Amino acid sequence: MALARIDLPQEARRGELVEVRIVIQHPMETGFRRAPQGERVPRNAIHSLVCRYLGIEVFRATLSTGIAANPFLRFFLRATESAELDFWWLDDDEVQGSAKARLNVT
Amino acid sequence: MKLIFLFVVLFSGAALAQNRSGLEFASEEVRRLQASDAENPGMLWVDQGAKLFAQKCASCHVSMKGVATRYPAVENGRIVTLEAKVRHKEAFAYESDELLALTAYIANQSRGMPIKVNPPAEKLDIGRKAYYSRRGQMNLACAHCHEQNWGKHLGAETLSQGQPNGYPAYRLEWQKMGSLERRIRACMFGLHAELPPYGSDTMLELELFLVWRANGLPIETPAVRR
Amino acid sequence: MKRREFIGTLTALAVSPHISTTDPLVYSFTKGRAVQAGRIKLEIPPLAENGHSVAMTVTVDSPMTPSEHVRAVHLIAEKNPVRDMAVFYLGAHCPRAEVSSRIRLNGSQQVVAIAELSDGSFWSDAAYVEVREAACTDGG
Repeated sequence: MALARIDLPQEARRGELVEVRIVIQHPMETGFRRAPQGERVPRNAIHSLVCRYLGIEVFRATLSTGIAANPFLRFFLRATESAELDFWWLDDDEVQGSAKARLNVT
Repeated sequence: MKLIFLFVVLFSGAALAQNRSGLEFASEEVRRLQASDAENPGMLWVDQGAKLFAQKCASCHVSMKGVATRYPAVENGRIVTLEAKVRHKEAFAYESDELLALTAYIANQSRGMPIKVNPPAEKLDIGRKAYYSRRGQMNLACAHCHEQNWGKHLGAETLSQGQPNGYPAYRLEWQKMGSLERRIRACMFGLHAELPPYGSDTMLELELFLVWRANGLPIETPAVRR
Repeated sequence: MKRREFIGTLTALAVSPHISTTDPLVYSFTKGRAVQAGRIKLEIPPLAENGHSVAMTVTVDSPMTPSEHVRAVHLIAEKNPVRDMAVFYLGAHCPRAEVSSRIRLNGSQQVVAIAELSDGSFWSDAAYVEVREAACTDGG
């Protein structure tokens, strides 16, 4: 299960703009790299990522090998209620990953 | 032989007027990445290390604060790295994510603290000699770039002093975390020299000298380097 | 050919200064509609020390309301072996059309960002990035 690091403000006021940052541990293998013995390392990149907050899809991305390894994403959402931010992603090997972080809204 | 001796005499002791971290020679992008825990990919390994530490080490070990500043150390006449200590309970493979994560976590616990290794003087001799000896097809010694020419350009890059204070580090070239030994091997590869095996005596002696040379520099793990 | 199709073809020929609208990758989501310069800003440092990880931020000038917002932002590399880099889907719930990531560039090249707005219009911006090579080979 890929590790992820989610960065959110400690707390946000209702209606405030919130900056969300996430780094996910994943090689985003291009398929062009060669391993020490010379064989090609097959392509395996996260291709789909979704973030949900209070049941709403607040961010979605289709990623490709042009995104750097250990992908980083930064986007914005509006704070409404205290709830969890729910991240889910899927890679070319059909391995899913997920991560959660709590947004405290005052 | 005489030339090496002369070299060593001239350069033994503090050979650099002032130790400078690799961060000083890094691009803005690299510096920015290292400065932000939220964006530094190396922190993923530190997080993983924290989890592993809690699972496997916390039953005996409490705080790792300050520990990394004392390694490599000389114990019972042998050079011991942090990696070797971590492997005492479970023999994680060199460069495995687990070993990288644990050593990154432990070093991160000493982030900001100055390196303070204090080996017996004679233990530094072999590593020091290796540092000043020409090697590889390029026929260069570490000192040629990192002592005589740091700050100058090699291609589009600025030569650093080759300081080890940020390791394990996230290297953009590797697209992942890597150890100091991996970095040393990468340098040797650039010289088209033989690569010392991980954990070998050659490697340990060179590591000891490199870290001793860096005494006083604050630990930056997880550093970001190109 | 029906008049609508003819006009459609004409608009397809309205060239964005950044990328051709008949580029198959662009056509796959614009379906030939015009792509104009403006509204979107692509920020990448002009000089990248290393092609493995280059910071990128894309911002679209949009009020982000249910009636007027950014549906998606497409990121396309000129010279990468795989040219489609990412699509960021925003939508009405997103309060600010700004996304950052880190991209990989296979050598110096132009990167193009195309925003798709809720009114069906497309807007583009481009950035040229000079990518440096490593001085020494690494070999792992």
